[in-house]
Amino acid sequence: MSVGKSVIRVDAFDKVTGRAKYTDDLCGKNALVAKILHATIANGVVRSIDKTEAEAIEGVVKVITCFDVPDIRFPTAGHPWSTDPHHQDVADRKLLTDRVRYYGDDVAAVIAENEIAAAQALRAIKVEYEAYPFVLDQVEAMQDGAPQLHEKYPNNILAHTGYENGNYEEAIREKGLIKVEGWYDTPVVQHCHIENHICFAEMEGGRITVTSSTQIPHIVRRVVGQALGIPWGKVRIIKPYIGGGFGNKQDALYEPLCAFLCTQVGGRLVKLDVSREETFVSNRVRHAIRSHITTYVRPDGTFVARRLEAFSKQGAYASHGHGIVAKGATAFGQLYQSAACKVDAYTVFTNTPAAGAMRGYGIPQAMFALESHVEDIARQLGMDSLELRKKNMMPVGYVDGFSKNENYFDSLNQCIEKGKAYIDYDRKLREYQNQTGPVRRGVGMAIFWYNTAVWPISLETAACRIVLNQDGSVQLQMGDTEIGQGADTAFAQMAAETIGIPFENVHVISTQDTDITPFGTGAYASRQTYVGGFAIRQTALLLKERILKHAHELTRMPAFNLDIVDGKIVRTTDGRELMTLGELATEVLYSLTNSEHITAESTYQVKTNAYSFGCSFAEVEVDIPLCKVKLLNIVNVHDCGRLINPALAEAQVHGGMSMGIGYGLSEQLLFDPKTGRPLNNNLLDYKLSTTMDHPHIEAQFVENAEPTSAYGTKALGEPPACPGAPAIRNAVLQATGVAINTAPLTPHVLFSRFREEGLL
Amino acid sequence: MYDIKALYEAKSVPDAIELLLAHPQARIIAGGSDVLVQMREGKLAGSELVSIYGLDELRGIKLEDDGTIRIGSLTSFSHITKNRIIQQYINVLGEAVDMVGGPQIRNIGTIGGNTCNGVTSADSASTLFAWDAVIEITGPDGVRLVPIQEFYIKAGVVDLRPGELQTAILIRQDSYAGYQGHYIKYAMRNAMDIATTGCSVNVKLSPDKTTILDARIAYGVAGPVPMRAHSAESAVRGCAVSEETVDAFGKAALNDVNPRTSWRASREFRLQLVEELAKRALAESIRLSGGTI
Repeated sequence: MSVGKSVIRVDAFDKVTGRAKYTDDLCGKNALVAKILHATIANGVVRSIDKTEAEAIEGVVKVITCFDVPDIRFPTAGHPWSTDPHHQDVADRKLLTDRVRYYGDDVAAVIAENEIAAAQALRAIKVEYEAYPFVLDQVEAMQDGAPQLHEKYPNNILAHTGYENGNYEEAIREKGLIKVEGWYDTPVVQHCHIENHICFAEMEGGRITVTSSTQIPHIVRRVVGQALGIPWGKVRIIKPYIGGGFGNKQDALYEPLCAFLCTQVGGRLVKLDVSREETFVSNRVRHAIRSHITTYVRPDGTFVARRLEAFSKQGAYASHGHGIVAKGATAFGQLYQSAACKVDAYTVFTNTPAAGAMRGYGIPQAMFALESHVEDIARQLGMDSLELRKKNMMPVGYVDGFSKNENYFDSLNQCIEKGKAYIDYDRKLREYQNQTGPVRRGVGMAIFWYNTAVWPISLETAACRIVLNQDGSVQLQMGDTEIGQGADTAFAQMAAETIGIPFENVHVISTQDTDITPFGTGAYASRQTYVGGFAIRQTALLLKERILKHAHELTRMPAFNLDIVDGKIVRTTDGRELMTLGELATEVLYSLTNSEHITAESTYQVKTNAYSFGCSFAEVEVDIPLCKVKLLNIVNVHDCGRLINPALAEAQVHGGMSMGIGYGLSEQLLFDPKTGRPLNNNLLDYKLSTTMDHPHIEAQFVENAEPTSAYGTKALGEPPACPGAPAIRNAVLQATGVAINTAPLTPHVLFSRFREEGLL
Repeated sequence: MYDIKALYEAKSVPDAIELLLAHPQARIIAGGSDVLVQMREGKLAGSELVSIYGLDELRGIKLEDDGTIRIGSLTSFSHITKNRIIQQYINVLGEAVDMVGGPQIRNIGTIGGNTCNGVTSADSASTLFAWDAVIEITGPDGVRLVPIQEFYIKAGVVDLRPGELQTAILIRQDSYAGYQGHYIKYAMRNAMDIATTGCSVNVKLSPDKTTILDARIAYGVAGPVPMRAHSAESAVRGCAVSEETVDAFGKAALNDVNPRTSWRASREFRLQLVEELAKRALAESIRLSGGTI
């Protein structure tokens, strides 16, 4: 039995010894080098480009400008395609653009024989711009008269949705209600995966192959086809190992441009390797969301009416668009219950980098706002905030009418109890009351809501192929991708379990090649273990059935009395081992009468979804004169159903918690208000937290096997990044009595808030 | 791939001087942790470089006969931190340079490069200012010695003339004997960062540990170049070791600095740090000297 064991990941040895091959390792040494020229204005148009001097530089092959690309607009979001035009992603991108919408937009590209010539050519290109006024803030961008980014979207509003449960206006009229109101702001942050986006393209036989660091090869194939205006079958995408993605690579990034540049030099190999500075600005970022929350609550803590207005900063292009704030809006209405709940969510274009998918997909933003707000309510009522949460949070048995998701277990309470015990919450809460010195401590917590996968908003499908070898081992192929999270290992454990063979006999073909690999939409929405699991189980059972049919022929035993256990054909009636799977496979393949290459392949469409819950508890020490927060302790507790691989699950939580710490305390992409220029788009000035900024990171689990799931599992990829920041914010509130509603809680923010509150 | 026009590797200090004279546009490269970064950014793209990295005679730390501590300019940060002479006499310098970047940078980065770069945030610089370090410069006309305060001319510019290179940093015995110091790097994270403000203090107490005989304080990032806060120093010289003295030290430091508001930090926040860090660094220096507050 493999599932549930902390087996060593299938790629561990290759990765630690440097043998695993990533995109750059696979690129031919004769590749031409492409580099992109980025706009130096935040809004406006390119009037002209003079490339004479650049093209004269030795080693420069060609300069392609925004005036040389086809007039095709394409969508980039890594969503499954919808055949219904109303549900298709917004097509607002061109390969290169003469209409500049943010500082860093792509206006030209250089193809050269080496990096140095390409860099020199970039400096030699002369661009004449006509600059327009620009707008960086999403609420300002909605005002009449604000600079406009896209013609089709008046007041820059990409989308506005809302819902009302119960009757809000009526509910707030109840006598004796207490009104609590707050504004909460989250920052623009970037994924900071260790491997920047990189791809290379080459033509052969009239088709184009792009090898790319992506989470979504099959989706990128479609987008490249759309962007170049060529049949999708002419495009082949290869995805090798990648150094992380966290949602940034859940978009078609520069694969379409790289493919196009390749076509412009006769199909020669062209490599486009993006720098860290470009990754920060010209890939995707997380949506900054400003939330206004109002709660009407009875003195006993019962929520009666709740209101959310959320304003999401889209940046210059639609990418994943409104889905992010919409997901947070759903969480707002479901995590806590009230007689009435009214929500308005806006996604607004601004002259800043395009926001796309990022680990958590709107939930880290929503949880910062909501869980800060709930803490504020508790303080205003003089009530224990855990009691307030427990009184109002989603009850067991809750069913969402739209997705049919059901809250089967008392996961939130179970997670809270574990987290509380680990951090010794009750004792510390008492101990840290009424402190007066310059250095004070506090504890805080937050819970979260997360939805696995994207059904029923979008298609959920996975396909799997399993091929039996002569020795009884198998190759496993999935359209779902390994992006560092350990998917290959979890998939191998599932396949081994269902077929009945040792884990080491499952050879995962990690690379996706859209010419060969079964279809899958890729790594996002914390979906793969859940969705992929169905396809693996179904395909493994199919393979097993075929194997046992041959076993019946070879042993003359009825198939219903046969099973595969640890790689052997076993008679279940007495447990006798009749033959090994290797003996069977060899016999069958080379049989002069019944030869068959035993394989199985199938697609599973998933029409369920599952809630994934948990919480975070944090303990901090605040040095008031230095305006610094030191994180002393932090724990996350998750119920992600049955753990397929406990060690990998723990590692997944560690990474997400680290992101939560950065989100709460230090990470933020800044822009010059005078020019719109990014100020800190490098790893020195963008304060990604380091191991020196982390205490021990504790990950714990509650395991309630998910009833709808093929292997009892549900979302864990993104949830760990969701509750950390508000837990830290609430701990700072307990320590100092100062509510800080702007993440991250940097010393700059603390300084101005401590001054306002008279602490300094 | 770096856009280097030419690289000349010096075989000796006189060879380096000759190369610098022969190639007046060339930049000196030591560890490369600043030069190569700027080259990648395009600022120094296409430059000629004279590498002095192979000059082992510029490495190492010596205690000279007159008690002067001599730090060769190519000595790496990690070697300074682990050096016994540094640990015994001016441990604070070892602690300060141990806060530069991360382990790899501290292995390749040199104290000469850190100071010749001319930036106000250099972790070694404020401590060297606070210890009255002397810079040894070797050039076509031989060796000259310059107090570090004069070596820094303005942001990014130091007193190196054509054909000259920095060969050592000297700390004289009367600068360190009887002093204990403490450096606080205030940055936005605990590693891989540049100081928002750095503050280095050292102090000499009376034999009974109750009076401050001398105190010196220097800041990084309180102005365009590292700077001493002389008002703070005179405010406490001869004063009793006490909380009031520590407070007065912090207050007086505000008279000497004039930080500016930038996106990295506001002037008001920097002033808050200037006062608070002075107090904390003095209190710790007193404690290290055996005094109690």
